Amino acid sequence: MTRRVAITGIGAVTPLGVGVEALHERWAAGESGIEDGLGRCSDFEPTGHLSRRQVRRTDRFTQLALVAAGEAISQAGLDEAPYDRTELGSVMGTGIGGLSTIESEHIILREKGQRAVSPHCVPQMMANSAAGALAIEHDLRGQCFGTVSACAAGAHAVGTAARMVQHGDAVACVAGGSEAAITDLATAAFAEMGATSPTGISRPFDRRRDGFVMGEGAGVMVLEDAETAELRGAEILGYLTGYGATADAHHMTAPDPEGDGAARAIRKALSDAEIEPGQVAYVNAHGTSTPLNDRSETEALKTALGERAAAIPTSSTKSAIGHLLGAAGAVEAVATLQALRARTAPPTLNYEEPDEGLDLDYVTEGARELDLNGHPAVGISNSFGFGGHNVVLCMEAAA
Amino acid sequence: MTTATKDQVQERVISALVEFGEEPENVKPDSRFEDLDIDSLDLVELAQVIEDEYGIEVTDADMDKIATVQDVVDFVAERQS
Repeated sequence: MTRRVAITGIGAVTPLGVGVEALHERWAAGESGIEDGLGRCSDFEPTGHLSRRQVRRTDRFTQLALVAAGEAISQAGLDEAPYDRTELGSVMGTGIGGLSTIESEHIILREKGQRAVSPHCVPQMMANSAAGALAIEHDLRGQCFGTVSACAAGAHAVGTAARMVQHGDAVACVAGGSEAAITDLATAAFAEMGATSPTGISRPFDRRRDGFVMGEGAGVMVLEDAETAELRGAEILGYLTGYGATADAHHMTAPDPEGDGAARAIRKALSDAEIEPGQVAYVNAHGTSTPLNDRSETEALKTALGERAAAIPTSSTKSAIGHLLGAAGAVEAVATLQALRARTAPPTLNYEEPDEGLDLDYVTEGARELDLNGHPAVGISNSFGFGGHNVVLCMEAAA
Repeated sequence: MTTATKDQVQERVISALVEFGEEPENVKPDSRFEDLDIDSLDLVELAQVIEDEYGIEVTDADMDKIATVQDVVDFVAERQS
C-alpha cells in the first residue's frame, strides 16, 4: 500500500521569531536571527503560549515543540479532523533532549543531595518527551516516539512519518524536531571540539567559514494521507514526495570527504520521488558553515546531481538562524516548503569570499525567484548529523 | 527551625499547589488532590517542600495517607508537636 503524503500544516519557532511567516519572510528579506554569535529564540516566551503547568513541567525543547506543533496542527485542523485518533502519530527528533534540565538538576544533586532532585526531572529530560507531550496535548494515539540522530534527527522524524502515512500505519502524523541546547555544557563542548565558530558568524560556503553558530528552536509538519486530506477539505500546502537516508560509516563527527553517503541519500530521495536531477528547482543545503561540511556537501551535490548541480539555487537556512541541531532538519524542511510555495530561493547570508572548489549557485545576492518554466516547484532539503547520518527530504509545493 | 502554625502551613501548601500550576481559586483546605490537577509527581514535590520547610521526614507511607490540603496541615502539626 503506498499513499501520497500531503503536508497540511507547518509550524516553527526559530531565532527569526515565532511562526512560519517570520522564518520565511525575514530570511527571504536577508535578515538574521543570530545575535552575539548565538541563534536564540529571544522572541519566544513560553508563558505567552502555554499554561503555567505546562511550562513548569517541561524542558524548553518540549515547550518549543508544543508551540511549533500548535501552529502546524491548527493550520491543518487536525484537532477537529474526523479521524480515528488511534491512527494519528507523533514523531519528534532531537539531538539531545532536555539538556538544560539535566544540567540544572545535576547541580542541585551535587549541592543538596538526592532528596532535592525534582521528581519531574526524568520526564523533562527524556529525548522522547516532546513526542509524548504532543500526543498528550493533541490526543494522538497512534505511533509515538523520538528520533535521535544528532543534526539529522528532525529530518529522520519527517521521513519516518512520511513512511508511516505512505504505508497506512497512520492516516496523519505530526512530525518534526526541537532543540534547546544553548547551555553552558553544550556550548563549551561544541567549542572544545572545534565545531562552533569562534568568530560567531555563520557564513556557509564562504572561504572564511570557521564553524557553526548554535541555535535553538523547533519545526513541525503535519503529514497526511493526501486522499483523506482532500476528502475532509484540508488545504494541501504541498507533498512530501521523497525520503533518502544513509550512513557514512566513516567517522563519528567528520563527514566522508567525498560526500559518498550524502550523495547516496540525495539519489535515494530523488529515486523515491521518481524524479530526475533536472526537475529539482531548489536545494536547501545542510550548509553548516563548518570547513568540512560545506566542502563535502558540495561534492555530494555534484556527485548526485551531476552537471545540473551548478544550475540549481542552493541556500543555507543556517546562515540566518544558526544550526538548530536536532531541530534543523525539520525547521529547514518547513523553510524549504515555504520557499517552494513562494517560488523564491532565500539567500545564503554573509557570503563574500568564494572558496576553491565550492562553486555551486549559493544564492549569495539576495532572494531570487525560482525559475520553474511551468514545472512543479520541487526541492530537496539536506540534513547530516554527527554519527554519519545523512537524510534528504524531497518536497513539492501544491500547484 | 521554628514551629509553624496551622494557618502558615495551610498557606504554604496552597501556594505550593498554585506554583505547581493549579488555579488559586480551586485550592481549598478540603480540596482532594485527586480532584485537582495534581498528580503523584507533584505530591513527591510537595513532600520535598514539607521536608525543606519544616525539617520533617516524609515517607511514601506518610504520603499514602494524605489526600487533602487539610491532611497535610494535620500531618505537619502532629509531627511538630
